[in-house]
Amino acid sequence: MLPEARAAWLAALDDGWSDPRRLHREGGTARMLLDGAREAVAELLGVRADEVSFPPDHARTAAAAVLGCALPGAGHVVVSAVEHSAVLHAASWPGPGTGRRRVVEVAVGSEGVVDTSAFVAALTGAGLACLQHGNGEIGTLQPLAPVHAAAAAAGVPLVVDAAASLGQVPLPSAFDVLLGAPRSWGSVPGVGLLVVRRAVRWRAHEPGESSASRPAGEVPGEVDVPAALAAAVSLRTVLAERGGDGAITGSGDADRRHELVSQVRRAAAGIRDVQVHGPAEHRLPHVVTFSVLYLPGDELVRRLDAAGFAVASGSACTADTLRPSHVLAAVGGLSHGNVRLVLPREVSSAAVGRFCSTLPRVVEDLRRELGVVDL
Amino acid sequence: MNEEILVDARDLRCPLPVLRLARAVRGLPAGSAATVLATDPAVEHDVPAWARMRGHAVLTCEQVAGTWRITVLVGPPA
Repeated sequence: MLPEARAAWLAALDDGWSDPRRLHREGGTARMLLDGAREAVAELLGVRADEVSFPPDHARTAAAAVLGCALPGAGHVVVSAVEHSAVLHAASWPGPGTGRRRVVEVAVGSEGVVDTSAFVAALTGAGLACLQHGNGEIGTLQPLAPVHAAAAAAGVPLVVDAAASLGQVPLPSAFDVLLGAPRSWGSVPGVGLLVVRRAVRWRAHEPGESSASRPAGEVPGEVDVPAALAAAVSLRTVLAERGGDGAITGSGDADRRHELVSQVRRAAAGIRDVQVHGPAEHRLPHVVTFSVLYLPGDELVRRLDAAGFAVASGSACTADTLRPSHVLAAVGGLSHGNVRLVLPREVSSAAVGRFCSTLPRVVEDLRRELGVVDL
Repeated sequence: MNEEILVDARDLRCPLPVLRLARAVRGLPAGSAATVLATDPAVEHDVPAWARMRGHAVLTCEQVAGTWRITVLVGPPA
């Protein structure tokens, strides 16, 4: 968590802005604070303040975007095969009175890049299209510019899920609806981020005071005000470290982490029967995932944790659904024995070096114990 | 004619189905066929991924009532 986010959040808490009674009594002030957060975020993203809103979390942000845009009777929904599950669930959600929408899922290549011509072809007769900016598991960056141009020509709004990429790579501009996740850039939990350009035909998909208006017609009390304030402050911090226009600067932390991820990729690829996923260079700077043949993901994660490294996994055995990562399935990658790393901004280069030198031993020890060394 | 190998890995969780299949085909001559039955949905993608890593080919993959049945053709030794 960014110190700026934590400080803003605590200050707002201390001022009483999470107390429903204060929000009610001083609703005007609370709305001003919320409007200020919205304006700050809008300025940073290059959009209008009335296009910005703060749904409670990423899943609800995806639902608001997809269900709000995919108006009934307006054609099928196009999605890439590697969209976040929140987007896929929203796309196939029947919703009251709308019936089950047809979803056209476009395949990706072995590095996770969507087949652009197939995606463009699927836009014919579509009512909505969803293509993420960067993939949070395998790091792949998607070709937003040509897809958005084709979508615009076809009159199809494009929802861009930038939950994994905002604050990590230069800002996307080729979108009609943008999803962000403040937690991902180091802010506090409590809000997601939704941007709906004014030109998009959108309406609220659930009841509430704002149902007759734009997403920005939000009511404090429905929005976690301290979390929204923290999101605005921390977004300014992460974008400032990259240069005012969001472009990667030579000394930015993104470059350092990009190289650290390359180190991890090399270390993992150097171990026999380990599959490293996603593109080597053109990718998000801070995520890396690899799969180790024959090893159970949960035990691998446990051993790495015991060695002092907090990692995650996309293997079925570690998922609450007991289904493996659909992203790994989409790229034809091995899903068992999967390890996922997300490098936070302040990650120590020395710690990453220790991880790279510890990993081979952990893998070999577990292989020997399971009797799979010569398999 | 090679005898077809059948690996029953139903109710076993990943990576056991792939592990059992790998053990079953170890040492088999190229052209042998082996079939795995599994209920873990991960096999649908992990058996083909393993086959690609080891130079085997997936002949058939079907799912009936929650059980996957995947047949592979053993490739030449590495």
